[in-house]
Amino acid sequence: MSLLLEVEDLDKRFGGLHVTRAVSFRLAAGDRLALIGPNGAGKTTLVNQVSGVLRSDAGRIRLCGEDVTRLDQARRVRMGLARTFQITTLAPHLPVQRQVEMALFEREGLSARAWRSIDAYPHLQDEARSLLARFGLLAHAATPTQDLAYGEQRLIEMALALALRPKVLLLDEPMAGVPKGDGARLLSALDALPKDLGVLIIEHDMDLVFRFANRILVLAEGAVLASGTPEQIRSDPKVRAAYLGHSS
Amino acid sequence: MNTQSVLTTQATPEAAAQAQPRCASPWLAPAILLAAGALACLMLPDQLGLLTRIFVTALLVLSLDLVVGIAGLATLGHAAMFGVGAYAAGIFALKVMPEPLLGLAVGVVAGAALALASGAFLLRYQGFTFLMLTVAVAQIVLSLAQKARGWTGADDGLSGFGIDPLFGRFAFDLEGRVAAWYALAVLVLVLHLLSRLVNSPFGLAVRGIHENRARMAALGTPIYVRLLTMYTIAGAVAGAAGALSAQTNAVVGLDSLSFGLSAEILVMLILGGAGRLYGAVIGTVVFTLLHHTAASINPYHWLFVVGFLLMGVVLVPPARLLGFVRRRMGALQ
Amino acid sequence: MAYGMVLFVIAVGLSITLGLMRFVNLSHGAFAMVGGYCAALLVREAQWNFWVAVPAAVALTAALGAVLEASVFRHLYRRKELEQVLFTIGLSFVLIATTNALAGPQVQLIPLPPALAGPIDLGWRTLPAQRLLVIGAGLGIAALAAWVVAYTRFGIWLRAAVDHGGTASSLGIPIRVVQCASFAAGAGLAGLGGILGAELMPLEPYYALKYLVLVLVVVSVGGMGSIAGSLVAAVALGLIETASKYLASDWGSLFFFVAMAFLLAWRPNGLLKR
Repeated sequence: MSLLLEVEDLDKRFGGLHVTRAVSFRLAAGDRLALIGPNGAGKTTLVNQVSGVLRSDAGRIRLCGEDVTRLDQARRVRMGLARTFQITTLAPHLPVQRQVEMALFEREGLSARAWRSIDAYPHLQDEARSLLARFGLLAHAATPTQDLAYGEQRLIEMALALALRPKVLLLDEPMAGVPKGDGARLLSALDALPKDLGVLIIEHDMDLVFRFANRILVLAEGAVLASGTPEQIRSDPKVRAAYLGHSS
Repeated sequence: MNTQSVLTTQATPEAAAQAQPRCASPWLAPAILLAAGALACLMLPDQLGLLTRIFVTALLVLSLDLVVGIAGLATLGHAAMFGVGAYAAGIFALKVMPEPLLGLAVGVVAGAALALASGAFLLRYQGFTFLMLTVAVAQIVLSLAQKARGWTGADDGLSGFGIDPLFGRFAFDLEGRVAAWYALAVLVLVLHLLSRLVNSPFGLAVRGIHENRARMAALGTPIYVRLLTMYTIAGAVAGAAGALSAQTNAVVGLDSLSFGLSAEILVMLILGGAGRLYGAVIGTVVFTLLHHTAASINPYHWLFVVGFLLMGVVLVPPARLLGFVRRRMGALQ
Repeated sequence: MAYGMVLFVIAVGLSITLGLMRFVNLSHGAFAMVGGYCAALLVREAQWNFWVAVPAAVALTAALGAVLEASVFRHLYRRKELEQVLFTIGLSFVLIATTNALAGPQVQLIPLPPALAGPIDLGWRTLPAQRLLVIGAGLGIAALAAWVVAYTRFGIWLRAAVDHGGTASSLGIPIRVVQCASFAAGAGLAGLGGILGAELMPLEPYYALKYLVLVLVVVSVGGMGSIAGSLVAAVALGLIETASKYLASDWGSLFFFVAMAFLLAWRPNGLLKR
């Protein structure tokens, strides 16, 4: 069982605010680790640190055995670490298919090519279209992303991350803003994620968490409150007191 | 409320299978431009000087479109690359040899070099800071040009150089015929090259950076390198425009480095629409013709026209206006 | 020193506007021009008393600023920088053309009352009274602005709005009032600067754009929204400009802009901000 991601004693302060306190966890191939905790616990900050958007003050991050703590986000992505954003982060005017192709060009290292048209790479276009088809977005291939429904934009977020064929995927509240009951396509996309992928997911919806995750990490005030299997977490009195009191 | 509305968008079944984005051909716009430009040169033989100026300026505004329209970097210092290209070509003609195509190459290299050097510094910043720094850099170049009297002639300008016949055969005549065709040819060729550039994976990546940097970083794009490359290419094109200007006018002045020029070309670009390359050409034509007619009446009235046009263009972007018109036409049918 | 003070008085309004509304207003120079022109015309054509005309001109300019802010500018706050730049440049063009249409292209002089026309002996130097007034006014305005920001309710609102724009309105701060009032104040101050600096920076229709670059330098180096920063930057740049005029005039503007580039690069958020 290969270790994809090792986070050791990760620490971060914003001035006087200690937002991440010596957080450690591991992600192996096939893991579905859910990161839960009350609002303000520092979940997104932690993901930002792991993905490279934020510089950590202390601690180590190892991706497939290599130390990436000092590397910038782009470098970590190229090494196999992909993420989605809680607030949809898409290029608003680009058509959906172009956005996926952009991810593919980047993955293949072709984004420096300046002579041939983007239409002249049929194998990548086919891959983009089949990825869109898997997400049920093929009908909107030529639509600018800002013209799509919100739920579909969330799907594109996930599609872009998967287009990169990452080894580790960080999902920051993929269901954010999608009303309960409307998320069927997103849920099936989550279920259909590659089996050997290591996934860390931030979520508030407890039903989803207990259904999807094989391990749970509970964060409160920047520190790890508890970690273990869903059953362990469900019966942990500390967690019940701090968090599971507000059941959804 | 329709519970399906969050997750699905309306799309007709026919559209489903066909929907696929396609890029325009990189031959179309240049072909149209060549035809229009050639027609203008043939039908208006006494306006060749004006036409040459339009072609050269359009080339400069095209280079600005790469930076502003494609890469999304608002700059008020772009004239620096133009001026540097102009002075480099002029000095080359004066002190080394008056061969036009080599001079053009010298201008290209000079513009690219300045863009590379300044961009390496500038692109570490964004937004208002970047804008102000472009002003600072351009003003520094202007001050250096003023200082270097021996090379640039400072306020008197650089002159006294001739240009050899193009390809050894076509001498630059007094009516300006060769100059006009020369400028048009370079403009059309560059428009074709840039059309290819913008529709390439590199161009797509830069457009992505323009629209959402965070998204591109999350895809692993080396943002700084891509932007610097685009900025350097833009500098090369601006330098080419400068060289053409020097060669067709046989004089280079300090106004080719001025803040006023940087602002003017920005206005031209916006009038024609930024981000689509051909908009740069359209904007240049519109602006220059307006200026030509209005300024001869009263230079201040000219400012009225441009001022209102600018405010109008910002309040009602042409793209939105076009979309509005298109929807109206659709409703009529 | 006087030059720097004039720059400060003009720039402080733009700095607040940039810090508060993130609105790049390149027509700010036009407010200075309008203020100067109003004063010049009121004193010369309408024969008003200098000491009445100046506040009236400042008030008129402030009113113009308020009107523009409430009717047009506020709709542009959420637009991109480039669009704000283009719109305000367009507005400057229109104002320049209007000024020319109304008052002609020649330089406008503001006749000074006898009290200000002569020199004043300070003991170690004699300075023209007008220069002293400028320096005094600059310092006075800096002090007044600092006092307003630090000690009045409006000042608290202003600081909250600048530092935490998003949440300020939910705290019960009347954001629109703060925005419009500070914009008007900035415009009025710019007008005052135009009046005070009429000797150093002659009033003619192109004034709106001619000195814009200098004002932008002061604001960007001093930091958007920082009054103290603008003061320091303006004085520093004023001194550099005067010093380089004495040393070697050619290197003057070069040094000026190298300093600007260096300072901006070192402290992108301005001299005194962190």
